[in-house]
Amino acid sequence: MASFSTTATVDEPRISLGDDGVLPPLRGGGGDGDSGPGLPDYATRLRRARLGLLVALTPVLMLFVSFSSAYVVRQGLPTLDPRTNQLVLDWIPVTLPKLLLLNTGVLILSSLFMELARRQIKGQATPLPGVSAEEPTKIPWLAMTLVLGLAFLFGQWTAWRQLAASGFYVATTPSSSFVYLLTGTHAVHLMGGVLALFVAGIASLLRRSVATRSIVVDVTAWYWHFMAALWIYILCLLEFAG
Amino acid sequence: MGLILLVVIWLITLISTYFFVAKTWWLPAGASAAAAGIDHHFTTTYILMGIVFVAAQLALGFFVWKYREGGSPSKVHYSHGNAGLEIVWTLLTTVLFVGLNLATYPLWSAERFNAAGPSAIPVEVTGMQFAWYFRYPGPDGKFGATKPELEDASAGGEAALGLDPKDPASKDDVVTGTMVVPVNREVEVILRAHDVIHSFFIPQMRFKQDAVPGLAIHMHFTPIQTGDYEILCAELCGLGHYKMHGMLKVVSQEEFDKWLAAREAEKQ
Amino acid sequence: MAGGTGGGETITMATHESGLPAVHEHAAPQGFIRKWVFSLDHKVIGLQYYFLALAAVFVGMFLSLLMRIHLIWPAATLPLLGDIKPETYLTLVTMHGTIMVFFVLTTAPQGGFGNYFLPIQIGAPDMAFPVLNMLSFWTTFLGFIVMIAAFFVAGGAPLHGWTGYAPLSAVQSAGPGEGLGADLWIISIAIFCIGALMGALNFITTTLDMRAKGMTLMRMPLTCWAWFVTAILGLLAFGVLLSAGILLLMDRNLGTSFFVPLITVNGQLTGHKGGSPLLWQHLFWFFGHPEVYIAILPAMGMCSQLLSVFSRKPIFGYKAMVYAILGIGFLGFMVWGHHMFMSGMSPYTAFAFSIMTMGIGVPSAIKTFNWLGTLWGGRIRFASPMLFAIGFVSLFVSGGISGPFLAQPVLDIQLHDTAFVPAHFHLIMGVASIFGIFAATYYWFPKMFGRMMNETLARWHFFISLIGTYAVFMPMHYAGMAGQPRRYSQFTEVHYLASLIPLNKFITFAAFVTIAGQLFFVVNLFWSMFKGPKASDNPWEATTLEWTTATPPPHDNFGGKTPVVHNGPYEYNVPGAPRDYVMQNDPEIKAAH
Repeated sequence: MASFSTTATVDEPRISLGDDGVLPPLRGGGGDGDSGPGLPDYATRLRRARLGLLVALTPVLMLFVSFSSAYVVRQGLPTLDPRTNQLVLDWIPVTLPKLLLLNTGVLILSSLFMELARRQIKGQATPLPGVSAEEPTKIPWLAMTLVLGLAFLFGQWTAWRQLAASGFYVATTPSSSFVYLLTGTHAVHLMGGVLALFVAGIASLLRRSVATRSIVVDVTAWYWHFMAALWIYILCLLEFAG
Repeated sequence: MGLILLVVIWLITLISTYFFVAKTWWLPAGASAAAAGIDHHFTTTYILMGIVFVAAQLALGFFVWKYREGGSPSKVHYSHGNAGLEIVWTLLTTVLFVGLNLATYPLWSAERFNAAGPSAIPVEVTGMQFAWYFRYPGPDGKFGATKPELEDASAGGEAALGLDPKDPASKDDVVTGTMVVPVNREVEVILRAHDVIHSFFIPQMRFKQDAVPGLAIHMHFTPIQTGDYEILCAELCGLGHYKMHGMLKVVSQEEFDKWLAAREAEKQ
Repeated sequence: MAGGTGGGETITMATHESGLPAVHEHAAPQGFIRKWVFSLDHKVIGLQYYFLALAAVFVGMFLSLLMRIHLIWPAATLPLLGDIKPETYLTLVTMHGTIMVFFVLTTAPQGGFGNYFLPIQIGAPDMAFPVLNMLSFWTTFLGFIVMIAAFFVAGGAPLHGWTGYAPLSAVQSAGPGEGLGADLWIISIAIFCIGALMGALNFITTTLDMRAKGMTLMRMPLTCWAWFVTAILGLLAFGVLLSAGILLLMDRNLGTSFFVPLITVNGQLTGHKGGSPLLWQHLFWFFGHPEVYIAILPAMGMCSQLLSVFSRKPIFGYKAMVYAILGIGFLGFMVWGHHMFMSGMSPYTAFAFSIMTMGIGVPSAIKTFNWLGTLWGGRIRFASPMLFAIGFVSLFVSGGISGPFLAQPVLDIQLHDTAFVPAHFHLIMGVASIFGIFAATYYWFPKMFGRMMNETLARWHFFISLIGTYAVFMPMHYAGMAGQPRRYSQFTEVHYLASLIPLNKFITFAAFVTIAGQLFFVVNLFWSMFKGPKASDNPWEATTLEWTTATPPPHDNFGGKTPVVHNGPYEYNVPGAPRDYVMQNDPEIKAAH
């Protein structure tokens, strides 16, 4: 049985947060988050990053759930027309520009490229033991994903201009408000994904280890797939439930 | 310290409870048909909750004194809990809380599920920053149309509501700044608002309902005592919220008929 | 970890299984900016959140004092501030509520103490994402700056209440302050949402993925459970508030009509039509109800912790407490309609919400029974943290009892939008949560600053606060039952309200005394940081992991080692143990029967 001592001793207090008198740093040098003996292993870091992404996607989902419920409610909402003292429904569906279908194709293709990029770098980060690392394919999937992502955003911008040209601005009708709201919010989130792709892309220039880069690309890839799935949902909502 | 805590907690509890029991400040006397039932349930709730309140606080005070270090008993009763007790007090609490609420079903359905009866007197109540207007449909029993573009609050009366003079049904509508109703007859209130959310609150009638722009909300109550009753706005509506109040006058049927006839005559 | 402890502690530490070498992703920072400003250390970030909340609570209290003064002396001219106009009063109401709910109650317990102590209590060297953690604080700070800025723009801060009901909040001409001030209010809240979501991400990932060996979920202290579930509530709710804020900004500035029907304001058509004011209420309260549990759950966790430590007894019914926290969190998403009984919502829906609401009273009652059960048969030490924990139980009971009145729609007809409502939520959410913050401060001050706070000042603080807050909020119940409405800037227009002015005068004077009494706390806090008597590593003889490490904890929390846990968090007075507490990382103890 262990012997316990009391806590009656009073020690030299320190107001500072204890960065003096600790063990020497477990890894040398500055920098943040790079691999080394002091970091958790690759599997732990990957798991933790993926868990973090899953958690982070929850409020994004809630945002769109909230917009969707507002959309459904607004569609079915009668309002009092004071001129006639009658309740009237005033929902006018919006004709969506056909360009959105092309944009959808672009986004789905970009998701494919994203997945290829993810597997490409994962292969570099976790080579199978006893198998010599293959010459990694030279196709720049990551860069191609970025290009398609930018193309999608440009396509969305063009689609809004087409919508405006046909008379549907943000405040024209409740339905048009929702079209801009849903597609705009999605675009903002996709821009975040584009930024992550850019960071992943320059990570090699910043000399981050392949393990770190692999994790960044992995997380970005899942985010990207989520954004593609979300877009399909939004398109269906606007087209079939409009 | 245990004793001081006991005294402080017990005193706070007993003093607070005193004012509840003595009804020093209390619900104003009810003057509507629904008041008796509502007040009865209020009493039931406050007696039951009062017992729980007093018991819990007195127990808290007692325990912190009795189980103080240095008091007796001095040995701690090591325990991680008691599953049986947990089940018992969970069930009891559920039955008490949910049962209390279920018991209000008849009251709530009478107040809100059921529409006003066919012989109720319809009064349209419109809230706007910062006044209440009341409209009676007149002999044709129909409320005339209103148009927002015609609203002119500074002119009062029909103009404040934006009553459309071109609608034949408007001709006999009576618009007043005071609500007058006959005693012992159901009143159907149709609540509207021009600008922001207001709330139509008559404490003695146990009546409250938000007036929401874009909606016409139908409610009802039956005053059972003549008198003057203040109407308050009970939903924050802007800087004049505190002074947006009106008056409900409950009078005999004859007086009401005379009053309404006089208002109709003015319109000729 | 050399210099941090005295001889006795080193022996104690060595007898615990020291387990794995710690992995920590960054070395201790150097330089003032990286150590204190943009620190990645969750302990520094926790203190930053705490002091932000402290600044916010001063502002919030000051606003409430002005409110109370105006209510009883509406014509008074105040020095420096001049006359308080009715719209100014409503601005005070709005900003008091907003600042207190967001920047105090949602900041100090979770962002403050949660950040500081969650990693340590679960045996982790830091939060999962330290950079994100740092960003979450500075985002919250930015939100606070934007909120304060609303006071100083043309038109001033908004007057639409912390609940911001449309159309009053959605139309710029609906009242003074509803112009740029209201836009800044919404933007501030949106920024706050983002900061809170970042924080929630960290809390959840850390709790799920970074617990030390042996720290199973069912061995976590109840503080950790509370922070964890609070983070989940925030994760699900803040996105909805953000969505509502976006829609409101669009209505206000882009001419959309999500919330605004065809209305005229000041005789002018606004150009909106077809929107639904009730939609705002649904979205707001879908967030707003979980928000009140976000405000109170950490304090409940704290109370459980302290009652156990200072009764020298395990918490009564640990499992039931965990289920109650989970139940409160889950049910908290199903009761939002009880804020809308009088709103024009369907009465059938209202009744359904009311049954759920009565249901959520059950886990809260279970917790109260278990707190009483913890005290029963204990050996209570009346240290200052314990006083506030006991006060918390009393306040929670009082605030909880008024809930069933409001939860029953038939009674809510009379009580909705009267003073009864602020009486209820101040006791159960405002003051109770603040007592949780005080309790946590007195308790963890020695670990954070290496010194003890002064017990005499603490006792003055406690008794003035307990008696004072009851004196302020208990009479509000009476005023509400008598028909005093909310958000009235003065009681001069409605005849029957004149009889309630003496009661209101009493409340105002009680508020003065109570606020003045907080000086005991402020003086104690700052004086003790520099001059308090030095603290040992475990002055309260508590069992959880923060008390096994140095005071203050080293940069990576455990000095190069990771604790290995063998015991639950509340093993006090275990029969057969050599002393009356067993640390979580002591060798496994089983009660002798």
